[in-house]
Amino acid sequence: MASVAAGDPPPGRELIGGDRDNAVPSLKRRLRRVERARQLRHAALILPLLLFLGFTFLVPIGTMLWHSVDDPDVARVLPRSVAALKGWNGQALPDEAAFAALAADLDQAARDQTTPAAAKRLNYDVNGFRSLLMNTARHLEAAPAAAGEAKATLLDIDPRWGDLESWGAIHRAAGPLTGFYLLAALDLHRTADGHIVGTPAEQAVYVEVLLRTLAIGFIVTALCLLLGFPTAYVLAALPARQSNLLMIFVLLPFWTSLLVRICAWIVLLQGNGLVNGLLQWLGLVEQPLRLIFNRTGVYIAMTHVLLPFMILPLYSSMKAISPATMRAAASLGAPPWRVFAQIYLPQTLPGIGAGSLLVFILCIGYYITPALVGGGGDQMISYFIAFFTNETVNWGMAAALGTVLLTVTTLLALAYARLVGERQTSGGIK
Amino acid sequence: MLIPCRQIGLAALLAAGLLYGGTASARDLTVVSWGGTYQDAQKKVYFEPFTAATKIPLTDESWDGGIGVLRAKVEAGNAPWDVVQVESEELALGCEEGLFQKLDYTRIGGKAAYLPAAVSPCGVGAIVYDFVLGYDRDKLHEAPKGWADFFDTKRFPGKRALRQGPKTTLEIALIADGVAPAEVYKVLGTEAGIARAFRKLDTIKNDLVWWKAGAQPPQLLASGEVAMTSVYNGRIDAANRNDHKNFGVVWNGALYTIDSWVILKGSPNTDQAYKFLAFAGAAENQAKLPQYIAYGVPNRRANALIAPEYLAGLPTNPVNLRTATEISDSFWLENLDRLTERFNKWAAK
Repeated sequence: MASVAAGDPPPGRELIGGDRDNAVPSLKRRLRRVERARQLRHAALILPLLLFLGFTFLVPIGTMLWHSVDDPDVARVLPRSVAALKGWNGQALPDEAAFAALAADLDQAARDQTTPAAAKRLNYDVNGFRSLLMNTARHLEAAPAAAGEAKATLLDIDPRWGDLESWGAIHRAAGPLTGFYLLAALDLHRTADGHIVGTPAEQAVYVEVLLRTLAIGFIVTALCLLLGFPTAYVLAALPARQSNLLMIFVLLPFWTSLLVRICAWIVLLQGNGLVNGLLQWLGLVEQPLRLIFNRTGVYIAMTHVLLPFMILPLYSSMKAISPATMRAAASLGAPPWRVFAQIYLPQTLPGIGAGSLLVFILCIGYYITPALVGGGGDQMISYFIAFFTNETVNWGMAAALGTVLLTVTTLLALAYARLVGERQTSGGIK
Repeated sequence: MLIPCRQIGLAALLAAGLLYGGTASARDLTVVSWGGTYQDAQKKVYFEPFTAATKIPLTDESWDGGIGVLRAKVEAGNAPWDVVQVESEELALGCEEGLFQKLDYTRIGGKAAYLPAAVSPCGVGAIVYDFVLGYDRDKLHEAPKGWADFFDTKRFPGKRALRQGPKTTLEIALIADGVAPAEVYKVLGTEAGIARAFRKLDTIKNDLVWWKAGAQPPQLLASGEVAMTSVYNGRIDAANRNDHKNFGVVWNGALYTIDSWVILKGSPNTDQAYKFLAFAGAAENQAKLPQYIAYGVPNRRANALIAPEYLAGLPTNPVNLRTATEISDSFWLENLDRLTERFNKWAAK
């Protein structure tokens, strides 16, 4: 800032400075004014879009990121307990004062009917906390703890108040921010004494789900490329009339409801569906193959749904390739495979890149297709986001999984931009 | 259950709420239920006859569930709804949070008039519906007797379908493994019990198909994709009535749940609301519902007034109720997150 300020002409000397640079002093200023007006006009023109993007894109994403670390409930409902546990090291049970604080908090919460909010949040951390807190509150309402007896009373109501992890859960949920959800989304959690450890193996599901999501994304992208490249080649090579006709077949799925297409695949691929019927009639298989409600079904349906997103960018990049370059290579003696590999293929790279990125990013966000045609072990990360959003209303966890997905997607997009950016074949993203 | 529908429903509700907000002060008794064919039946059985009998005007609306919707309405004050039909989980949560009025049972016929499971401090049961074992009578050579047969793929070859997720799946596995229905949640509350349920599921893992929406099980049965499935009893009834299927139901080991009527806190029409609950709780009125839709009704004297051909297919038929277990909301409120993680870990193994 300081150096910029030093470089500016001091006030009042502007005209003299202008005089020295230009023969006509007012022209530069007038030009600048016109330029500024033009910029303002342009800004005004894109302002509605910017506002729209802000409200529909940046605000929701910001809210999601915020929800993944926001943790207000326990501090609101159990403020005395949170204060009493401040500085607690998690090595031994807290003292009588903390127990008394919790008893006082639960008494107040029962009157405000806010206990369920804290119970729900703490149950995320330690399973069973919901009934622990609700039961304790109910017991205390019937028979309040005598002064100095809070510890004995609570331990008497439920021995779990003697567990370090019960208090650790309150301590960790003190807010206002928490790493709990993000850690949980990576199969990690924090213990009462502050160490970060892995979730027990039978529950550690999210890293696996994330890897599964990426793997399905890569495979579907590869399948789309394998099927889409020759199709796009034919479309680009045919005369306009025939290629337009064929293009309609490519675009037709675009105009059909996603759910209709998925249901059609279920009808086709099920045990006694058309595909299995045909295979059995031809004598190729004896027992019907399992083509649906498993990973195969997911690959088939997702590839079908996403194929147009691969074909269209490929087609447009192939259409732009001048046949003269191939003829030139051939006339210089290159065999057909070499013309393809060295002349044609490199020119389609922008299309391959754009198509692959588009398909991959759409794919890893898919929810409804794998939910309907997949099995129990084929659900992708969006399934869990939907589960936490709609079924258990655990928005912290839903937001944390969303954050993880967003981070991974951004990293992959950046890696891709770098890769193709270096080769000067950007497919629409830099 | 498909998300877009739910969101559209919510958005519509919000919009309706905004439009309604301005005129909420002196309004008619507003009763909210779940829409569709069910609410159509309720209109014929409860809403219209109630107004005809009492001259109290009644507006009915529909909603899509969600405790957050009720919370928002009550906390905003001047709630635009009076009587709402809620699922059991919303009943438990809303009662804890004080969103509903504590019911005075003397005004609605006394607690003894209803099935014990349908009586709760904040809500009175409206309907009872079941998760049952469904199968196609035309395709199985022998009728299955219970969930144990569901896991017997030797005697009953073919694939099976269950609802995706741990809820109801783990209960079914334990009942099939010989746990008494009354003991299911006690066993499931222990680590050994959870492991036992998953071990039982392991035995038919390769034959399992998972359904997600309530409309899927009858389709899976009709296409022959599966030989047996867990299914809402009403869906089987509808497939037999409307699509002329020959599906069978095994009531043994059924899992039931109850939707309840609640009166929202701050309702300006509490008196009329009680009159409506008394009307909708009366045996002679409840007895008319099953001819439109196969839901059980919780008034104990209603069964005697229901025609036998309808009673046979009802969850509240005493014969069907005897071996049924209520799905425990307190258990699932506490354990659904964790067990869903474990379920998915297991499913991917």
